[in-house]
Amino acid sequence: MVSNPYFSLAILFVAALGFGLAPLGLAWLWAWIYSPSKPNAVKNSIYECGLESKGDAWVQFRSAYYLYAIIFLIFDVEAVFLLPFAVAFTGLGMAACVSMLVFVLMLVEGLAWAWVKGILTWA
Amino acid sequence: MAVDNELKIELGKQGVFVTTIEELYNWGRRSSVWPMQFGLACCAIEMIATTMARYDLARFGAEVFRPSPRQADLMIISGTVTKKMAPQVVRLYNQMAEPRYVIAMGACAISGGPFKQGYNVLKGIDRYIPVDVHIPGCPPRPEALMQAFMTLQKKIDEQSLTGADRPRHLDAEAQGEFPVPEPGEHDLEPASNPGVWPAPVVIR
Ligand code: SF4
Repeated sequence: MVSNPYFSLAILFVAALGFGLAPLGLAWLWAWIYSPSKPNAVKNSIYECGLESKGDAWVQFRSAYYLYAIIFLIFDVEAVFLLPFAVAFTGLGMAACVSMLVFVLMLVEGLAWAWVKGILTWA
Repeated sequence: MAVDNELKIELGKQGVFVTTIEELYNWGRRSSVWPMQFGLACCAIEMIATTMARYDLARFGAEVFRPSPRQADLMIISGTVTKKMAPQVVRLYNQMAEPRYVIAMGACAISGGPFKQGYNVLKGIDRYIPVDVHIPGCPPRPEALMQAFMTLQKKIDEQSLTGADRPRHLDAEAQGEFPVPEPGEHDLEPASNPGVWPAPVVIR
C-alpha cells in the first residue's frame, strides 16, 4: 500500500482535513465548556432587525415572470451587439449591414410578439 | 489566593508577572467590546463621529460595529426611543449574546429628553432593559461617549466572576430574557419591566 503513488496524497488529505477540523472542534469544545448559554424564545427567533418575522422565507415566484426575463434578454442582447455595430458603422459593407438588420428585426419581432401578447401593459 | 497589589508591582519590577484568571478574563472582555451598529436619532451622528478617524474609538478596542445582534455585546442607545421603536430595541437586546452591556446615550435615551412630554416617546430605555452607563447631554460629545465607554470598561474590569454579585451571564439562575413590550391602547404594555425598573411611587 505504501508503494502506491497516491499514498502521500492520501496522507496530505488527512492532514488537511485535520487542519481544518481541529480548530473547529476546539472552538466548539471551548464554547461548550465556557460559553454562558442563556437561550430563550426571543433570542432564538429569526433575526429581522428587531421585528418579528412573518411568514416563510421559502416563497415561490410565479413562473409567469419568465416573460419579463425574456423581454429583458431582448433589450440586453440588442444593446450588447448594437454598440460595436454603431462604433464600426462607417467602415461596414452592405452584407454586414443587412445581416445586422436581420438580427435587429428578429429581436424586434420578439418585442412585437410580447406586445401582441399584452405583456407590455402593466396589469 | 490573590496576590496583593504592592507585591504584584514589586514582582513586576523584577520581571515576574502574576495575574489571576479573573483579571485575564475581564481584560479580554473589556478590550474587545463589539458594539451594535444601531442608531436611533441625532445622537447617532455623534456616535458615528466617535468611531471615525478624528475621535477613533478603535483605541479602546471597540471599532467594529456589528450589524447583527448575534455578533455584538454592547448596545449604544443613541437617541430618542419612540414607543413604536421600543419593542424592537428590547427584542434586539434580547437577541444579543451574553454577556451584554447597554450605554444609554443622551437625554432622550435616559429620560425622553426634550421630547419627554411627547405622547409617543419612551421616558427612558431603562424601563425595559438594564443600562450600564448613562451619558447626559443633548447630544453628548464624542468625548463623552468615550468616557462612557471607559466607564463601562472599568465596570467590566471590576466584576468578580464568583459570588453573589457576579455578572448575569455567569449566574445560571439569572434571567436572560427581558419581556418585549407590546403596543397597547394608550401606552406600551407593560409600561415598564419591574425587574429592572421599579416604578417610582408618586406622592401627592
Ligand atoms: S438627546 Fe438630543 S441629540 Fe440626542 S437624540 Fe435626543 S434630541 Fe437628539
